[in-house]
Amino acid sequence: MAHDAVDQEQALASDWGGGGSPFAVGWPKLMMWLFLVSDTLTFAGLLAGYGVVRISLGRWPDRTQVFNLYLVGAMTFILICSSATMAVAVSAAKRGDHRRVIPYLLLTVLGGLLFLSGQAYEWTHFIREGARLFGNPWGIPQFSATFFITTGFHGGHVTVGVLYLLVTALRWARRSIQPESVEITGLYWHFVDLVWVFIFTLLYLI
Amino acid sequence: MAVAHGAVHEEHRLGFIRRYIFSQDHKIIGIQYMMTSLFMAAVGGVLAMLIRMELGWPGGHWGVARWLFPGGFSSDGVLKPDFYLAVVTMHGSIMIFFVLTTALSGGFGNFLIPLTIGARDMAFPFLNMLSYWLYPPAIVVLLSSFFVAGGAPNSGWTAYPPLSALRNAAPGSGLGQTLWLVSLAILIVSFLFGSLNYITTVLQLRTRGMSMGRMPLVTWAQFTTAILMLLSFPVLFAAVVMLLFDRHLGTSFFVPSGLVVGGQLVTHQGGNPLLWQHLFWFLGHPEVYVLILPPMGIVSEILAVHGRKPIFGYKAMVASICAIAFLSFLVWGHHMIVSGMNPLVGTAFMVTTLAIAIPSAIKTFNWVATLWRARIHFTPAMLFAIGFVSLFITGGLTGIFLGSPAVDTYFHDTFFIVAHFHFVMASAALFGLFGGLYHWFPKMFGRMMDERLGKMHFWLTFVGIYATFFPMHFLGMAGEPRRYYSPQMYDFLRGLAGLNMFVSVAAFGLGLAQLIFIYNFLRSLFRGPKAERNPWHANTLEWQTESPPPHGNWGAILPTVHRWPYDYSVPDAMDDFIPQTVPAAAVPVAGGALDDGLQGGAVDEPPVAGSERT
Ligand code: HEM
Ligand SMILES: [Cu+2]
Repeated sequence: MAHDAVDQEQALASDWGGGGSPFAVGWPKLMMWLFLVSDTLTFAGLLAGYGVVRISLGRWPDRTQVFNLYLVGAMTFILICSSATMAVAVSAAKRGDHRRVIPYLLLTVLGGLLFLSGQAYEWTHFIREGARLFGNPWGIPQFSATFFITTGFHGGHVTVGVLYLLVTALRWARRSIQPESVEITGLYWHFVDLVWVFIFTLLYLI
Repeated sequence: MAVAHGAVHEEHRLGFIRRYIFSQDHKIIGIQYMMTSLFMAAVGGVLAMLIRMELGWPGGHWGVARWLFPGGFSSDGVLKPDFYLAVVTMHGSIMIFFVLTTALSGGFGNFLIPLTIGARDMAFPFLNMLSYWLYPPAIVVLLSSFFVAGGAPNSGWTAYPPLSALRNAAPGSGLGQTLWLVSLAILIVSFLFGSLNYITTVLQLRTRGMSMGRMPLVTWAQFTTAILMLLSFPVLFAAVVMLLFDRHLGTSFFVPSGLVVGGQLVTHQGGNPLLWQHLFWFLGHPEVYVLILPPMGIVSEILAVHGRKPIFGYKAMVASICAIAFLSFLVWGHHMIVSGMNPLVGTAFMVTTLAIAIPSAIKTFNWVATLWRARIHFTPAMLFAIGFVSLFITGGLTGIFLGSPAVDTYFHDTFFIVAHFHFVMASAALFGLFGGLYHWFPKMFGRMMDERLGKMHFWLTFVGIYATFFPMHFLGMAGEPRRYYSPQMYDFLRGLAGLNMFVSVAAFGLGLAQLIFIYNFLRSLFRGPKAERNPWHANTLEWQTESPPPHGNWGAILPTVHRWPYDYSVPDAMDDFIPQTVPAAAVPVAGGALDDGLQGGAVDEPPVAGSERT
């Protein structure tokens, strides 16, 4: 990528006056931000749907009876830790500390994989107990339906994130990307974690 | 990026396929979007004719049409009821999502954004190409619903459950509805790619001197539209996913308990059909502004260029575009006044709805003020732009009636609604589209369109639109419901048969008039006189390069911008236009826009004559 050329042109103009980048970010990074904004709205749509059906039904099963909140709490903790390792990888990449980037990226991948296995375990358990998309033993079909759709959509994001992290690690190892690409991967990963915090609160706790 | 250098050489290296089919050049992609949309407009137009056939002569015999749509007519040539509903649904869906959105955002957005801000291409040309290439598959999936068992969906462009959620609710509720939803999901991804690109491009790729405050209004409109799309379509996506789950995996988000369909109790229970309406209209209302903001931008441009006057109130125009965009997320409930929503909520939505009329009115006044004492060149583009203003006023006024819950309770789902949105959205946006095509055709294809045919097209279309849609207000007031197969089966509507026939005849005339456009368009494409760079003597950047612009748009150096785009008829200047690239030293900058530090403008004072005073 012709970063130098872009930098030169940027230097010539004021931030908003054209010929430059108003937020002093690269195009891919801005694009990732925008994508995350729109993805937020998809999650918001799903969660709003969950809220509306739950409120209009008026009753909802007691989650402490259904889920092992210790397990979910641990999964949440792991995911937050993986955000921390991601942050370390990003700052190492920025500082040019090449040796630390890959290990911390892989730690992040590990966090993601642990989270996914926790989720797989939880789903299996839930399904064994009789939960289906269209119904469940607790008498409120929407309970399991919203659960599967929301956590499934999020789990899909985590899976994509793990693959994305692996690709980033590989490309970093081959020296074919800039530190900013690591940062962009990090943005996505932090977003996925943040969304989980909302899901955790809304689906399990409240 | 890679585009910036050696763009000119690159062009020669690309083969035909990479250059014209899987092209990453924003101009080609824009033209691809435009052509595909025009094709879809023809499809949607034919469907409209079928609707008017049935409503004008309910139960009439149409042997010829049976030959075109074998499945849709009974053996004696009568249009079948479920086919009628399928046609209404597909007409609306095609026109809104597959014609106006794609032509105005995909077509003009792609073509104009990089050119008007002085960029060589979009920020992500590859993503841009993907965005276009998701569109034809979406069309194929959509149209294939006509040919599957049960036919196309019957639930209208709004796809309200339970009609859309239960597979046996109506003939079209089967596979047809599923295809409709899948097609929409594909298109949403395409729009997402497009809008990501547009926003990034406008923020990052403006050439030197092109501050936000010097951007032409057409670009402002595209930019804001992209933001609207980015924020509203994901919510529809979530809703579409939930609806697909309801249909195929047994969930019931949208299906209430205790429904009986075909004599059998439905097993779904506990869902909330209003949830769909909320999610749909949270997209749906911003979507109608997605369709009208780009034409508003196009019209602002045309009025200034062909009226040889600076646009009146540039700042107010930008501010009202932003205000409309913001408010459009807060008014969705006005589509649900009679849905059983709490009346208090309805009143709240009335307030926001009436509020959105204010920025719309500001824009209208500014257009009229721009025309005031302008030296109007009555080109086809200008005629369509003026026509737009007229249509927008007619339709906007009825919008204000409808915003009042007391009035809407009577008018909801009558032909009055059909009249309202065909003026304010359908026809107005179509006029923006035509105006834009007459205006930018020389830039797109390097040839001029025929003016005489263009004017003929305008007058027939303008009269045809008023003749078709104005009487619908009366039909609505008399109580004729929309979407009914044969309203005349009710005694109280029998008296409307004559008016309905009149509307149908007008609609056929309107349809025929479009043949003039098709002829003119195709002929000019090959035979039109060669266009010069700047045939309308316009100021914006796209007119300062060749027609059509080369790959990479600007030759070796990017243009530099020194002034706002509306320096027309500047007193004491030699010409009556001063392109944005002319330095302030050569001709003093007469007009300006947002001149604060953030916007980075020069010392820009509005011109003396007929300028803003905001
Ligand atoms: C001037 C401000 C406007 C106001 C106050 C307004 C108000 C309304 C209201 C209250 C309705 C609901 C009627 C009902 O279904 O009972 C409605 C319907 C509609 N409006 Fe507007 N409107 C305005 C402008 C627009 C614009 C600019 C567009 C499109 C570009 C538009 C497109 C539509 C459409 C498509 C519908 C019908 C949707 C359907 O049920 O299929 N409106 N409008
Ligand atoms: Cu609306």
